[in-house]
Amino acid sequence: MKRIALALLVLGTFSALVLTALNKNSSDTPPLTKLKEQYATKPKPSVDHSLFPELKKKFKRPHDVTAACISCHNGRAEEVMHSSHWQWERTEYIAGKGIRNVGKRNILNNFCIGVQSNEQSCTRCHVGYGYANNKAYFADSLDVDCLACHDNSGTYAKMNEGAGMPDASVNLSYAAQHVGIPTRANCGACHFFGGGGNNVKHGDLEEAIFDPARDIDVHMATDGVNMQCVDCHTAKNHQMLGKMYSVSSMNRNRVQCESCHGPMPHKDDVLNNHTLKIACQTCHIPEYAKVNPTKLFWDWSKAGRLKNGRPYELKDSNGTDVYMSIKGSFKWGKDLKPNYLWFNGTATHYLLGDKFDPSKPLDINRLMGSYDDPDSKIYPVKVHTAEQIYDTKNDYLIQPKLYSAKKGDGGFWGDFNWQTSATAGMRAVGLPYSGHYGFTETKMYWPINHMVAPKEKAVGCGECHTRSDGRLADVGGFYMPGRDYNPWVERFGFGLMALTLAGVFMHGGARIVVNRKRKRSR
Amino acid sequence: MRKEYIYHRFERFWHWMQAAVIIFLGVTGFEIHGSFTFFGYEQAVEYHDIAAWSFIMLIVLAIFWHITKGEWRQYLPTWKNLKAQANYYIFGIFRNAPHPTKKTVLTKLNPLQKLVYAGLKVLLIPTMVLTGLVYMFYRYPQQNEVLSLNISGLQTVALLHTLGAFLLVSFFVAHLYLITTGHTVTSNLRAMITGYEDLHDETTNVARESAPTASDKIAAETKEVTQ
Ligand code: HEM
Repeated sequence: MKRIALALLVLGTFSALVLTALNKNSSDTPPLTKLKEQYATKPKPSVDHSLFPELKKKFKRPHDVTAACISCHNGRAEEVMHSSHWQWERTEYIAGKGIRNVGKRNILNNFCIGVQSNEQSCTRCHVGYGYANNKAYFADSLDVDCLACHDNSGTYAKMNEGAGMPDASVNLSYAAQHVGIPTRANCGACHFFGGGGNNVKHGDLEEAIFDPARDIDVHMATDGVNMQCVDCHTAKNHQMLGKMYSVSSMNRNRVQCESCHGPMPHKDDVLNNHTLKIACQTCHIPEYAKVNPTKLFWDWSKAGRLKNGRPYELKDSNGTDVYMSIKGSFKWGKDLKPNYLWFNGTATHYLLGDKFDPSKPLDINRLMGSYDDPDSKIYPVKVHTAEQIYDTKNDYLIQPKLYSAKKGDGGFWGDFNWQTSATAGMRAVGLPYSGHYGFTETKMYWPINHMVAPKEKAVGCGECHTRSDGRLADVGGFYMPGRDYNPWVERFGFGLMALTLAGVFMHGGARIVVNRKRKRSR
Repeated sequence: MRKEYIYHRFERFWHWMQAAVIIFLGVTGFEIHGSFTFFGYEQAVEYHDIAAWSFIMLIVLAIFWHITKGEWRQYLPTWKNLKAQANYYIFGIFRNAPHPTKKTVLTKLNPLQKLVYAGLKVLLIPTMVLTGLVYMFYRYPQQNEVLSLNISGLQTVALLHTLGAFLLVSFFVAHLYLITTGHTVTSNLRAMITGYEDLHDETTNVARESAPTASDKIAAETKEVTQ
C-alpha cells in the first residue's frame, strides 16, 4: 500500500512538473494585448483647422504661417526654441571633458562631417526658416517652422540648399489648413535621410518605415498597430523624448522599451533574467537595413576625381551609389547583423580641436560600459567607418567646407580642392589649419533601436550560446554557457574519459584473452 | 544453483531512474556546454532543468528510504577486504578466482564499491546538485532590483559543474564495464533488473565477512519487518 502510494506520488509530481514545463502557450501576455488596443486606436483631432479663416488666406512668407499658428497657440514657438530640434545642441557632461554644449551645431561625424560652413545645405533639416547667415536667427520666434512637423497633408517640403525655407512648390495655405499631430512622414523627411540619402546613417530608420510591413517593424507596421514616431518619442512642451549618441553623451531622456513593456515582459523566467544584462533590442532586432542598404564605409580620400573636368557618380547593380566625386567611395550593407557591445547609456565624443593619435582608428563617439558595471547591458549597434580629412600637423580633425554657393568660395563640392575646403572650413570654426592635410580612419557607433521584428523572429538561444561565430563572440568580460569553457577543465575531462576507456578496454581485452586461453587449455 | 535476493524493489526503481536521469542530464548538459548539438540549445536547457528537478526529487526519496531502512550503512566505507577486492580486479579476475566478498542483501557492495559510491553520494552528486542549483538561481548583480547572490559571475560555478560532469561520465564508463565483472558477464545486470542474483555455490577461499556487524543486524531486522 505504502509503496503504491509512494510510486503514485513520485509519478504524479513528475508528470505535473513535465506538464507545466511543456505547457508554454505562445499567446500574448495580457499587458501586450492592452498595449495593442491602446495604440491601435488613433486619436481623433478635436478641431478642423481647414475651417479657420486665419488659415484660409494666402500666405506670402512661411513666417506668416508661423504668426497665424502663434495667434492661437501662443507660447508654443518659444517651447520649440528651447528644444534640441531648434538649438541643435544641449548641455552635456562628457566623461573626461566636463560640461560642454554639444550637438549638430558644433560636433563632427564621419558622414558629411559637420554643419559649420555648410549651413545653407545642412539646415534644410532645421525646424526653422533661414538658419544660415542670419545673426538674429535663433532669437526670432517667427523663424520657427511649424509645418515641417505638423503638416499632415503630405504636401509640405523644404527647399534643397535653402537653409530651411520651404520649397517653392508648396501651397502654404493648404498645408496650414491640414495640420495635426506629427506622423512618420514628418519625422522621416529628415530622420530617414541623414547623411545625404536614404538610410545612410542609422540603418534602422529609412523610407521603408513610411509604410512598413509587420515583418519590418512590429510597432510602426501599417498593417499592424501602425504606431507613429511620437507614440514613443512623446513630447511635453515640444521637448521630445529620445536622443542619439552621435550627438549626445548622457544617460537621460531616453526612450525605453521598458516604459511600455515593463522590465521583465516574458513568460519565461530564463528570458526575464536575461533582461538584467541584455537590452531588449539585442534579441528583438536580429537584423537591420532590412529593406534598403545602409552605409558602412565612407572613404572621403577618394573624393574629387573628375571625368573630363566634371564630377561623376558610379552605381552598383542595385542602383546604390558606390562612388561620387563630391563624396568619395562607399560600401553599403543590407540585412545586417548588428555589432554588440556593453553600453551603460553614456558616451564620450570627439570634439572639435581634440588632438588624437592618427596611427590608430579614432572613435568619434564611444559607447561606454562593461560587464562589471551594473548599469550596462549588451546593445546592438551599427559601426560606421570612414577615412576622413584631418590636419596632419595639428593632429585634429578638419571641418571641411563642402557646400558651395558659387565656384571659388572653397566649397569642395564646387572646387574639388581639399586645401581651400579645409582652409575655409577651419576658418569658420575658428581653429588654426596648418596647411597640411591627410586622411585618417574614424569610427562611429550608432545604437540600433528600430525595426523591431515580430517575436517569432527574435534571436534564438543558440545564436549566442554557441562555441564559434555566435553573435556575442566578441563581447567579453563574463562567462557565457555554451560559448565559454576552461581549456584545463576540458583537457582534464576528456583526458580522464580517455584514460577510463583505455583502462576498460585493456582490462576487458585481457579478460577475454585469458578466458580464451583457459578454454583452449581445458 | 540458487538465487539470492539482493536488490529491493525500491532500489531497483531508484537505480534505473537515476541511471536514466543522469544520462539525460549528461546529454543535455554537454549540449549546453557546447560539446555537440542535438536537441537545440533552448530545448537542452529546458530539458536539463526538468531532469534536474526530477533528479532532486529522486534523491530526496532515496535519502528518505535509506534513512528509514538503515540502508545508508551499506555505504560506510571499510578497510576490510579493500585490498583483497583491489587484488581481485587486478589479478584474481584473470585467474578465474572467486570474488573475495560475497554479495548478499546485507552487504550488496564490495569494499571498493563502498568507497566509490560513498564518494559519489557524499561528494560528487551533492557538488553537482549544489553547483547546478546555484547556476539555476544565479542572478546577475543588480543595484537594487532582483534579489542577488552577488556572485560576480558564473565562471567558477560553471567550471565546477562541468568538472563534476566529466567525472560522472568517466564513472559511467567504468560502471558499465564493471557490470560485466560479476559471476557471469550478465549476472550483475540481471540482479539489478530482477532483484535476484544467480549464485553458483561458492567453494574455495571466499573471504566471508565474519560475524554479522551491527549494521547487518539492523538491516536484517528491517528486512524482516518489511517482508
Ligand atoms: C540536480 C542536479 C543538477 C542541476 C540543478 C543542474 C543545473 C544546471 C544548470 C542550471 C545549468 C546551466 C544551464 C541552464 O541554465 O540550464 C547546467 C549546466 C550543465 N550541466 Fe547540470 N545540473 C544538474 C546535474 C547535472 C548532471 C548530473 C550533469 C552531468 C552528468 C550535468 C551536466 C551539466 C553540464 C555539462 C552543463 C554545462 C556547464 C557549462 O558548460 O557551463 N548537470 N546544469
